[in-house]
Amino acid sequence: MSVVISEVRRRRQTVVNAAIVFVVILLIVQMWLLTATLESYLAGHRGVAVPGALVSGGLFLICFLLYRFAVRTEKAGD
Amino acid sequence: MPNSSSNKPLWIEEFSVHTAEDKYVLRRQFMKFLVLVSFGMFAGNIWIWVKSLFARPRGVFPQRVIGLASAVQPGEVKLFTYPSPNDPCILVRAASGKLAAFSQKCTHLSCAVYYSKKNDRLECPCHEGYFSIEDGRVLQGPPPRPLPRIEIEQRGDQLVALAVDTGEPAR
Repeated sequence: MSVVISEVRRRRQTVVNAAIVFVVILLIVQMWLLTATLESYLAGHRGVAVPGALVSGGLFLICFLLYRFAVRTEKAGD
Repeated sequence: MPNSSSNKPLWIEEFSVHTAEDKYVLRRQFMKFLVLVSFGMFAGNIWIWVKSLFARPRGVFPQRVIGLASAVQPGEVKLFTYPSPNDPCILVRAASGKLAAFSQKCTHLSCAVYYSKKNDRLECPCHEGYFSIEDGRVLQGPPPRPLPRIEIEQRGDQLVALAVDTGEPAR
């Protein structure tokens, strides 16, 4: 019985670790997006500000949903 | 050994780091921090967007007399500010006699560029970024984009600044 529980917990941990890796990757993309948008804005290309903000907001939303998912998964194993 | 159970503030102790009592960062705490950083990035993008909304509309620039054409001889420069007093610019009469004006802020890290008479180009002394005197394009170095060009018009002997051309097409 305890073997089954530890196996389930191990799988949950793997899922949470994967979520963290996804968030880190999205964060790197968001950093690049912010620097690219700022660079374009300083170059006088103001048209990139809106799509930059929308995409960044979308990435933040995905990060937040992954965080919620990870917290629920971890709590389910407590 | 510090007595962590005492009621003294931590700063009174000689060595106030209690490794044994330190807590490990949980994965969910780490993830919460990552999501907060993500929100910071999003806020940064929103800031750029808001700033672009309140930026000066393109094509609306004041006309301002910046000096006399006869006062700038070939190989000489005149410094002025345009369109606001916080925007330093440089007017150059090249060896060929042609007048050209550019923003004086290097597009790399905003150092002040100067005119090199010897090489007939604008040079940034900070990281050796060189710009063409013809159109402000980057000749060498780390600057990522050309110098914004100031459109000038000669009216009699007077030189009038009309607009700033960043190279962006008008909307």
